[in-house]
Amino acid sequence: MKAWIAFWNILVKDMRSYYLKPPNISWGLLFPLVWIAMFFIRSGLGMDSLPNLLPGLVALSILFGTTSVLSVTVTFEKKGRSFERLLLAPISLETLMLAKTSGAILFGTINALVPIFIAMFLIDLSAINWVVLFPAMVFIAVSSTFLGLFIAVSVKEVFEAQTFSNFFRFPMIFLCGLFFPIEQLPIWLKPLSYILPLTYGADVLHASINNSGKIPLVLDFILLIAFCVVLFLVTLRNIGRKWII
Amino acid sequence: MNDTIAVVNLSKRFADVQAVSDLSFNISKGELFGFLGPNGAGKTTTINILTGLARPDNGTIMIGGMDCSQKHRAAQHLIGVVPDESNLYPELTGFDNLCFCGALYGMPRQERQNKAQELLKVFGLEEAANRKFGGYSKGMKRKLTIAAGIIHEPQILFLDEPTTGLDVASARQLRQLISDLHKNGTTIFLTTHYIEEAQRLCNRIAFIVSGHIVKIDTIENLLQPFQNIHVVQIICADTDEKIHHRLANSFPDMNFIFVRKDIIRIEADKPILAGAVVRFLEEQEIEVYEAKRITPSLEDVFVQITGIEADAMKKEKSGMGGKT
Ligand SMILES: Nc1ncnc2c1ncn2[C@@H]1O[C@H](COP(=O)(O)OP(=O)(O)OP(=O)(O)O)[C@@H](O)[C@H]1O
Ligand SMILES: [Mg+2]
Repeated sequence: MKAWIAFWNILVKDMRSYYLKPPNISWGLLFPLVWIAMFFIRSGLGMDSLPNLLPGLVALSILFGTTSVLSVTVTFEKKGRSFERLLLAPISLETLMLAKTSGAILFGTINALVPIFIAMFLIDLSAINWVVLFPAMVFIAVSSTFLGLFIAVSVKEVFEAQTFSNFFRFPMIFLCGLFFPIEQLPIWLKPLSYILPLTYGADVLHASINNSGKIPLVLDFILLIAFCVVLFLVTLRNIGRKWII
Repeated sequence: MNDTIAVVNLSKRFADVQAVSDLSFNISKGELFGFLGPNGAGKTTTINILTGLARPDNGTIMIGGMDCSQKHRAAQHLIGVVPDESNLYPELTGFDNLCFCGALYGMPRQERQNKAQELLKVFGLEEAANRKFGGYSKGMKRKLTIAAGIIHEPQILFLDEPTTGLDVASARQLRQLISDLHKNGTTIFLTTHYIEEAQRLCNRIAFIVSGHIVKIDTIENLLQPFQNIHVVQIICADTDEKIHHRLANSFPDMNFIFVRKDIIRIEADKPILAGAVVRFLEEQEIEVYEAKRITPSLEDVFVQITGIEADAMKKEKSGMGGKT
C-alpha cells in the first residue's frame, strides 16, 4: 500500500510537471500532422497510401512521445539532486523506476492515438485489427521508454541526453522497416535491424493495420517483451552501479 | 546492543581521494551524535554511505538492527535525510513539495497534507506555501528542505550542516527544533563545522579530519582535561618584552600567553587571582581595560586534538558556510 502511494504520486507529479505541459502536448499533436503533410507533399501520393504510412506514424509518435521527455527529465532531476529523494524513499528500485517510466509509457501510448484519430477522418479504418494493434502500441511504448531510460542512465548532462537520444532514434526509424522494407536494406545493415525492438513493433503495426506483417505475431510479441525485460534489468543494474556511487 | 547505528571499519575512496578511512562508531537509540570537521573531511560522504546513496569500499553498517553493508537500502523506511544542499522540486510549490515527500514514504493524503501545513507553520513559511520552490530565497529553501526531511517523522534523522545558510534567528529556532526532535526520541546524526553548535546540541561528538575520526567522546569527557585548567584573559594597553619578563618572574605559578600586544592569556592549574595581576600591570603603568575568566570550550579541545586552528573553522561561520 505504501509503495503504491509512492508510485502513484511519482507518476502524477511527472505527468503534471512534464508530460501534460502545453508545449509537450502541442508537440505530440503537431508531430504526426507534420509527418503526414510531409509524406503527402514529398511522395505526391493520394489518400490511399495513408494505410501504408500509418504504422510509421504510430511508431514515430510513440518513439518521440516516450523518449523526448524521459531522458531529459531524469538527467535534469539527477543534476538538481532531487533524484536523491527518490533514491532515499523506502521503495524498491524496480518500483521507483517503473513509476518514473509509467508517465512516459502512458504519454507515448496516448500520443500514438493521435495519428489514428486523424486518419479516422480521412480513410476507412475498418480493416485494422485493434486487438493486436493496442497491445502492440503499449509494448512499443514500454520498450522505447526503457531505451530512453537506458540513455538517461548513460549520460550526465541534459544536452547529452538529447544528443544521445537522437543518436539512437533516427537510425532506428530507418532500420526498423517502418518506411523501407528490411529486405531492401544492404546485407550488412540487416543484422542491425534485427537487434532493434522497434523492428518487431513495426512488424506488428504493419500486420494489424494493413495485414502486411512478415514475422509471426507470436514471435514479434515474445521478442518485444524480451527486449522490455532485458532493457529494464540492464538499466536497473546500471542505476545501481552508476548512481549509487 | 541498544545501538541504532553501528559502523565498523568504514572506508570509501573516490579515484584519488580517500574520502573516509576506517571509521568505526556506534550511535545509541535516541542519541544526538555530532560529526564535527572542516571542509572535505568526509562528513557528507559518511552520510551518503549510511543512507544508501553511496557504496562503501569496506566495512559493516548496521542501522536499526538491519545489515546495510550489502543491502544498502534496507533501512530506508527508518531514516530521514536533510542533505547539505536544498534539493526539492523547483516547479512545485512549498506545500506540494512537502506533500510529495510525505507520499514517497507512503503517508496517506490527509495525513501528509496536515503534516505539511503544520511544518510550514513551524518554519514560518505559511505565506510562501503556494509559491514555487524555485522562487524561494536561500534560507527559505533550506527551511523547506529540512521540513521535507522530517515530514514522515523518521526514527533516525541525518542532518548535513542544517544551519548553514540560515540567519541567526532561524538558526536558533532550528536548533530548538532539533532539540525537540531529540527529546521526542529521534536518533539524530548531525554534521557541522560550527563548534559551538556541536557543543550546544550534541550528546557525543566525533572529530573527523581528512577522513579519519581523531576523537570520539561525550562533551563532558572531551572537556574533562580542561576542567582543571583555569584561564583568565586580560585586555590592556600594549605591552612589551620587558613587561612579559616581569610578569613571568612575579607570578611563577602562572603561564602567560601573549596573544597580541594588548591581549594576555593566563593559564594555571589552580584558581587565578586576577586582581593581583591587574594591580601589577597598573603599577607598571599599563592600563587594564578588561579581565575575565574564560571557561574552556570545545573549541580548545578541538584545537588541541586536531591541531587545526579553530579560526579556520570560524571563518566559515562568518561567511555563513561559505561553500561554493
Ligand atoms: N562524488 C565524488 N567524487 C570524487 N570525490 C568526492 C566525491 N564526493 C566527495 N569526494 C571527496 O571526498 C572528500 C570528502 O568529501 P565530503 O563531501 O564528504 O566532505 P565534507 O566533510 O562533507 O565537507 P564539507 O564541509 O565541505 O561539506 C573530499 O576530498 C571530496 O573532494
Ligand atoms: Mg558536506
